[in-house]
Formats: sequence, structure tokens, C-alpha cells
Amino acid sequence: MTAGNKKKKTSFLSIPAVQTVIASLLCILAGLLIGFIVLLIINPGHAWTALTDILKNFWNYNKPATQMKNLANTLVKTAPLLMCSLSVLFSYKVGLFNIGAAGQYVAGAGACIFCTVGLGWGWFPALLASIVFGALIGAISGVLKAYRNVNEVISGIMLNWICLYLVNTLLSGVKNPTSPYTYSISLKVVTTDGVQSTAANPGATLPQLGLQGLFSNNKYIGLAIILAVVISVGIWVLLTKTKLGYELRATGLNKNAAKYCGMRDRANIILTMAISGALAGIGASLLYLTGYEEWSVTQASVPAMGFNGIAAAFLGGLHPIGAIFSSYFIQHITDGGAQLNKQIYPSEISNMISSMIIYFCGFVLFFRLTLMKRLRGRGDRKGGIKA
Amino acid sequence: MILLIQYTIIFASVLLLVALGGCFSEHSGVINIGLEGIMVFGALGGALVMSSMPDGSAGFLVVVLSILASIFVGMLYSMLLGVAAIHFKADQTLIGTAMNLLGTAGATVIVKALNTAANPDNPSATLQYVNARKSFLIAQGTEFNWFMPLALIILLLAWFVLYKTRFGLRLQSCGEHPQAAASVGISVFKMRYSGVLISGALGGLGGLVYITAGVSEWKFDNGVAGFGFLALAVMIFGAWKPFRIALAALLFGFFRALSNVYTGFDLLKQLNLPSTVYNMLPYIISLIVLIIFSKNSAAPKAEGIPYDPGSR
Repeated sequence: MTAGNKKKKTSFLSIPAVQTVIASLLCILAGLLIGFIVLLIINPGHAWTALTDILKNFWNYNKPATQMKNLANTLVKTAPLLMCSLSVLFSYKVGLFNIGAAGQYVAGAGACIFCTVGLGWGWFPALLASIVFGALIGAISGVLKAYRNVNEVISGIMLNWICLYLVNTLLSGVKNPTSPYTYSISLKVVTTDGVQSTAANPGATLPQLGLQGLFSNNKYIGLAIILAVVISVGIWVLLTKTKLGYELRATGLNKNAAKYCGMRDRANIILTMAISGALAGIGASLLYLTGYEEWSVTQASVPAMGFNGIAAAFLGGLHPIGAIFSSYFIQHITDGGAQLNKQIYPSEISNMISSMIIYFCGFVLFFRLTLMKRLRGRGDRKGGIKA
Repeated sequence: MILLIQYTIIFASVLLLVALGGCFSEHSGVINIGLEGIMVFGALGGALVMSSMPDGSAGFLVVVLSILASIFVGMLYSMLLGVAAIHFKADQTLIGTAMNLLGTAGATVIVKALNTAANPDNPSATLQYVNARKSFLIAQGTEFNWFMPLALIILLLAWFVLYKTRFGLRLQSCGEHPQAAASVGISVFKMRYSGVLISGALGGLGGLVYITAGVSEWKFDNGVAGFGFLALAVMIFGAWKPFRIALAALLFGFFRALSNVYTGFDLLKQLNLPSTVYNMLPYIISLIVLIIFSKNSAAPKAEGIPYDPGSR
């Protein structure tokens, strides 16, 4: 009986999905441990409460209504993060590291804000515009990779900054003259006789679909998070259940073999980067079209959303469904950081924890290899063969 | 005009130092996307020394200690990349990204914690070093500082080390064909660690130069505003060769300086281009260079590939 148990346990460990979950949990634990140590160094007395405050995030509020409202805020920001992580993991499955997700996200943001505030469009065409522009930027990286063999990481980094400055310039035209931010998307700019003024544009915000009733009248929650989850499932289906997904993954595993089998490797690379870019672009509109925040045209660094997408993608084990949970978790602790007592602890500690988690994700491959070696060493043949 | 020259040289020396750092790392076979984070931490090390030195300290001491601190912290921070990428065969792009995020977040946490510990009503991420910074200036009243000759010396040294010493040639062999290097008895691990450490030292120093460029306080929640990435562009534009990197650094430093002071020139003012155009130009130029020259790229052949002694 005990021997049987043991055998079952070791083969259980050799299931890839189990390994992925364990590895991700270990990364989280390691990240939290580092965070805890930093909290201890800053102020040992309150470190434990601070850590639990970060992890509790909206549970810190006593009233259920306030809890729901804050949960909704976290969900609003989870949607774009999830899209960015899908963007990263989709291209990673095809062997491309889309560090340019940040820039594609910026392009999407510029497109949807300009279309609503500048042109007075409704949310749907604005959303489409952000998809198109995100895809376009992604496709540039793809074309450079396919035809000129330019490393997609390098072109992605360059394009991130080019997009940032372009969008800053573009959106300066729809800037609120009294602040560095653009006008709220519920307004549109109207120029009469050379004088700029604003008019209402209520159609620009994403529909709430009655979700505000569930979340104590949170103004921002709505279509975005639902759409993001649906797209995650869609990406999972595309990657695992369709011919195109199979081809793309084959290209990622071995470009030359895929080419030999008659797959169009160049077209596949470009298509992958375009889809990847579209995902990041739509992510931006899922945030900015809720009206949750405005774009600051003076920002001098690329928004971290795209980079956090890398974190969420790897933490989710590079699986579209895993990404849903990891994106929520990362956003959860990021918002949790705002719960800290600012007179003792800086709120950036939660950014620090998420960056440590990404760092530890780098060790996952090594961890899995060692685990498989271990399992094989124990004479667990089943595990050995699977490896 | 003088202002433009000053800023060009300052930004060029920052870019030169950091890009040379990246150059060493890549020649050893490790892609260092994390230069931005290394710069932030190096800057933090230097700034902490500068802000904690008493006002009457000898200028020479301030200069030497803060430089050493930035180099040391930069090297320490670069080991995050070294250990992960060399020993644990981690994805170098992923680790670099993590380091960039950690750079800004970590430095902000440290500075804010120090500031709040000193005064609970001051939760800012700003460090001040008004007096200490003056020690770096060659002539008071201008912005010419000791980092400029230092950058020049390091440029010459870098060229000499890379091409004229046994160490440099071995280092490069590890980035071109590590298995071949190992077959003649070169320790690839050691060489790659050296490459990453040198990039940490130069990146950290570059960070210090950047935060003393015309300002005497630094808001660490801004990071270094993409200068690490710009340095990567410089390195690529400079084809991984020290002297070409120096020219690239001058060119890109010139654009960056223009974006700060272009309003002082009537001709440029009449063009009426937004300052973002000057900020964008370096990235666009590097992208175009990549497009033209990538077919026979000068990049080290084995960069980014973890070294596995078993593969051939």
C-alpha cells in the first residue's frame, strides 16, 4: 500500500501541468519571501501585517460593498494585464519573445484614445482601431524578423520607445490644457472657428452589461474583463485545437523542420507577431475605454503594463488559462501594495515582489529539468520515459 | 551652443560607458537587456554615498568613493543576471526584463524607506546631493565634469582589453563559439561571468554619470528614463566595436541633447518639430541600421544561447 502510494506520488510529480503549478507557486513563495525580508529590514514590527495587507488587498476593507468595489477596480486592471500576458505567451509558443508588447500596448492606447476623444468615435470602432495599430506594430517586428533576420527583442525595444514618443505627440492634440493628461474619453474635442472645446461622447465607454450591480456601482467594471477571459479561452483553442495553432507551434519548436514540412515559416512569423500585437493593442483599449485612467502625454517611460504581461505569462506557466489566474494575482498584489501604511512602507514593495517573481520564473526550466532527473534517478521508469 | 556641446558630451559619456558594458557582456555571449536596471542601482549606490558624505568632505574623496560605490553596486546587481543566465541557463531576455522592473521598484523602495525612516512625513523617492555633485565638475559654472576624461580612458582601455589582451580575445571567443573555446581549455563560465561583471561595473558607473548630469537630485521612481535601452541601441549602431560605439554615442547623445535645448536654435525652432522627434530619432536610426546590416550582422554568434558543455 505504501509502496503503491509512493509510486503514484512520483508519477504525479512528472505530469507537466503539476510541475508548472508547483513551479509557479514556488516562484510566488520565493518572491513573497524576499518581499517579507525587505519589509522586515525596513520595519520589523509591522512586517507581518504589511505582508498580509498586501495579500488581502480588498479584503482589508470591512464593508462587503467596499470590498466588491475594490475587487472590481482590481479586475478592471486585470483585463489589460491579461491581454498583454496573452500577447507574450502566444508569441513565446511560436519561439518569439515579444518584449514589444509594451509598445504595441502603447500604440493601442494611442489609437483608442485618439479615436474617441479626438474623432468622437464610439467604443467599438475605437477598439478595432487599437487592434489594428497594435497588430501593425507587431507585424513590423514580424516582417523584420522574417525578411531581415532582425532579432524581435531588439526591434521590439526600439519600437517600444518609438511608439511612446509617437503616441505622446499624437495625444498632445487632445490634451487637457490644465493638466498633462488627455481629456476623459467621455468627452470629444470639438474645434469651432479654431477654438477647441469639448462635447460629451457617452458612446465611448465600454458597456457595463449590468456588472456594476454586482460590484457596488463601480463605474469601470464591465465588458473588458469578460472579453479578456473569453479571448484567453479563444487563444487556448487556437493554439491547441486548430491547424493554424499546430503550425505556429511547430514553427516555434523547429523553424527548419516546419519549413521542410511545407509550412510557410515567414508568413507564420509575421502572422504570430501581428496576432501578438493585436492582443496587446486590444489590452490597452480594455483599460482606457473604461475611463479608469487617462494618458499622460509627458510620460518619459514606456508603461509597465507590457512588461508585467511578461511576468503574468511566465507565472501562468505560459498557458492561456494559467494566465488568467497569474494576471489576477499580479494585479491583486500590486493593488495590495497601495494598502500599506505609507508612513512606514513604500507601496512600490509590491512591484518589487512581482519583479522578483518574474526573476524566479527564469529558473523554472532548470527546476523542471532537475526534478525530472531526480525522478528518473529514483528509478521511476514512467517519469523517465515521459521526460 | 556651448550648452548643446556640454549636454552632448555628458549624454555621450553616459551612453558610451553603458554601451561598452553591454558590449563586454555580449562579446562573452550573454545578452544584457537589464542594463537599465543596472544603471538605476549603480546610480543609487553613488547617490547614497554622495548624499551621506558630510558637507565639508574633500572633493577628491567624494568623487572616488561615489564612483567606487556605483561600480560595486552595479557589479553586485549584474550578478542577478550572471547567476541566472550562466549557471541556471535561464532565458536572458526574461531575466533582463525582471532586472529592469526590479531596478526602478527596488531603488524606489530603498530610497523611500530611507527617507521615511529619517522623516515620516517625507515619503518621497528623491535623493539630494547638491554639494557633493560640485566635486565632479572640472570648472565650476560649466557642466564639464571628470567623467568625460574618465569615459575616454575607459574607451581606450576597453579597446585595448578586447583586442590586444589574451583575456579579451578569449572573452570574445566565448561569444562566438563557446564549445570551440572550451575545447582549447578556456573556462566559458568564468569568461561569461567576467563579461557580465564588467557590464555591471560600467553600467553602474554610467548610472552615476547620468544622475549627476546637470541635476543635483534624483527621483528614483523615474528610473533612468530609458537610457539603458538607448545604450543598447548605441551598442548595436556601433556594431559591437568600441570606437564605433563611441561615435554612435556622440551621435545619439547629440540627438538627446537637442531634444533638451533645441528651442535655443532659430533654425530648429522654425522647423517646429516637437521634441519627441529628437527623442525618437536614435531608435529609428538604429532600427534602420539593423534592417540594412542584419543579414551580415556583427553580433556575436552565440549570444543569448546558454552554454551547455554537452552540445557541439
